[in-house]
Amino acid sequence: MSEAPSDPNVLLLGIGNVLWADEGFGVRVVEALAGRYRFGPNVRLLDGGTQGIYLVDHIRWAEVLVVFDAIDYGLPPGTLKLVEDDEVPRFMGAKKMSLHQTGFQEVLALADLLGDYPRHLLLIGVQPVELDDFGGSLRPEIKARIEPAIAAALDYLGRFGVHWDRVEDTPDMHQDMPHPSLHLDRYEADRPSPEVACRIGDPRVLARRAVG
Amino acid sequence: MSVQTPNGFQLDTSGRRIVVDPVTRIEGHMRCEVNLDENNVIRNAVSTGTMWRGLEVILRGRDPRDAWAFTERICGVCTGTHALTSVRAVEDALGIQIPENANSIRNIMQLTLQAHDHLVHFYHLHALDWVDVVSALKADPKATSALAQSISDWPLSSPGYFRDVQNRVKRFVESGQLGPFMNGYWGNPAYKLPPEANLMAVTHYLEALDFQKEIVKIHTIYGGKNPHPNWLVGGVPCAINIHDTGAVGAVNMERLNLVSSIIDRTIEFIDKVYIPDLLAIASFYKDWTYGGGLSSQALLSYGDIPDRANDDSAENQMLPRGAIVNGNLNEIHDVDLRDPEQIQEFVAHSWFSYQDESKGLHPWDGVTEPNFVLGPNTKGSNTRIEEIDEAAKYSWIKAPRWHGHAMEVGPLARWVIGYAKGIPEFKEPVEKVLTDLQLPVEALFSTLGRTAARGLEGSWAAHKMRYFQDKLMTNLKNGDSSTANIEKWEPRTWPKEARGVGTTEAPRGALGHWIVIKEGKIENYQAVVPTTWNGSPRDPAGNIGAFEAALLNTPVAVADQPLEILRTLHSFDPCLACSTHVMSPDGEELTRVKVR
Repeated sequence: MSEAPSDPNVLLLGIGNVLWADEGFGVRVVEALAGRYRFGPNVRLLDGGTQGIYLVDHIRWAEVLVVFDAIDYGLPPGTLKLVEDDEVPRFMGAKKMSLHQTGFQEVLALADLLGDYPRHLLLIGVQPVELDDFGGSLRPEIKARIEPAIAAALDYLGRFGVHWDRVEDTPDMHQDMPHPSLHLDRYEADRPSPEVACRIGDPRVLARRAVG
Repeated sequence: MSVQTPNGFQLDTSGRRIVVDPVTRIEGHMRCEVNLDENNVIRNAVSTGTMWRGLEVILRGRDPRDAWAFTERICGVCTGTHALTSVRAVEDALGIQIPENANSIRNIMQLTLQAHDHLVHFYHLHALDWVDVVSALKADPKATSALAQSISDWPLSSPGYFRDVQNRVKRFVESGQLGPFMNGYWGNPAYKLPPEANLMAVTHYLEALDFQKEIVKIHTIYGGKNPHPNWLVGGVPCAINIHDTGAVGAVNMERLNLVSSIIDRTIEFIDKVYIPDLLAIASFYKDWTYGGGLSSQALLSYGDIPDRANDDSAENQMLPRGAIVNGNLNEIHDVDLRDPEQIQEFVAHSWFSYQDESKGLHPWDGVTEPNFVLGPNTKGSNTRIEEIDEAAKYSWIKAPRWHGHAMEVGPLARWVIGYAKGIPEFKEPVEKVLTDLQLPVEALFSTLGRTAARGLEGSWAAHKMRYFQDKLMTNLKNGDSSTANIEKWEPRTWPKEARGVGTTEAPRGALGHWIVIKEGKIENYQAVVPTTWNGSPRDPAGNIGAFEAALLNTPVAVADQPLEILRTLHSFDPCLACSTHVMSPDGEELTRVKVR
């Protein structure tokens, strides 16, 4: 590892789709970080969603990049795995769980092509349990990995002398987080029950099928 | 064995089958299969959307005022355009009028997306179908400089500049990194540009990549953040105070001036880099006239960019509304998205069930019931299809039809409709391009015509951003700072049941959201996205969609290098993310091309 820069620009980036059960892991981690930690002005937190080229400029700004994501490592579901530096692009493209991973590998390459690749790169990925639940939230095993993921990120940031304060839960203070209607608590609480809004297809057709 | 489709195309499945899966440099997952005859000409084409994402399932029972935030998450590209379509659908259902400033700001947001998307599409998703990167590395920087200076007065054009870029790209390619230049079909005989044109285009690939970040700052200013800008039912969530001086809070003069300066630079970049490059590249491909497909026959646009707020008439839409069928440019039909007879979706060849699959359903009555079954002539297994059976169900995309016609949507549709209507700001640029390249009007109906229309629209959009920014400033200076109407914000003010439709012209084509609201919650939500139109499978009558039609009769230079297939599919700027979910995660990173 090259020498740690002093007071580097740090980007904590969550990627994935919150509408797609465990695919939302990365975004939920930065949302939790934004609610309970305060960093200096050279540390940015970003909900990257499934964006591609829009993220290039954020990546170019960062000297230290930490990415949170759901990754198909081929490991048991719920396993948290950390990958650093040159290994990262390989994992973000090898087995794609959804749209954004090929995209993200390309985003890294484009930043590189422009001569602004992050000097230090950490991927904190979790092996998902469930993706096939449209409109669903994180499974309990995956939700339980949010705190270990945060701990791993803070441990990594410690290497670069980054400081932070713990604060009370204040989800509205960070602009680059999901809109309040998608915030984890509301997203889960406002989801109608399967009786009200069928989750496996169209209730009108299923009802017809049931009666033959 | 050859069959004729009702919409006039010959299909012959007897030749060798080529499978391209996934089609790369697009948003979403798509697979394409074609049959080649003995001369390597495409005689049958099958396009399959391989994902379903269940937007309808996600939104049912949610608060209609939040729908935009959910729809914004279904795609990695056209976030804002889905959000805008969604708030328009809710406002239509509830009879909500928006302030004039909100209309101007929404148009600027939408036009910003158009300009950004077209620029990024041209350089980063499509150019490498025409531009050979390896050839660029062999170019003479002096010849490149001479070429660049002959077509534009853009200042970055010295031999030294092109030499520096060439060395940078050389180092990048030689380092063997994974990246945008991997897996290209470099050296394929279908590439026609001389080395200096290749180097000029690759250089502008990098400049455009750097410049695009400026354009999206407009979304950050008016939408509060980017990615995922904020939207609001009833207006825009953006307070404006031209007397405010602070760095936070309302959008002030300093922010408005920044938007204005970004608009000027966007116009300059598009008119001095994108358009000259487009024309220069096109001039070397004038003989490559393939890929027209449905574009000379059947075109559809819902219209967009309303000049005045709350006026849905066709006359008020600056991007024209209309439909052309049977190739008759002299008759532009009206389009009514509420008429149950006009837009209908069919699923006979889609992985969904209807009670009666010989009939189509209007989106308000739309049903989304997944039903993944493969036809008896499928080769391979459920999770690893080697060859699809297009006689049965074969796509996660439904087949929308307008009065039973398969239609092409997108920039080419909008520009042909504008041209056919004789609207000067569409007709004149089209005529100028045709005159400059010495091409007849029929040349429009091609892959290159589609790519050219997108470029003209990028320029048009940038200039219209200026129009709406000026309109906004005038209104603000006249003392109207209203940006939202919240009279009907509370659900108790709503009817027990309501239905609405919202539309936009997304960068890649006509986009509609149909909503049914019952007792304050979403009862049904159906989105018909542009790639549903263009990438649609066959309908019960056997009409083929725009992608399939466009691929027919194209010769392929090298059978296992589907360069021409990608060229034509990319010209539509396909985006399959909105319709969809991965059917089976596939572990392969490279495109598989199989020839049998």
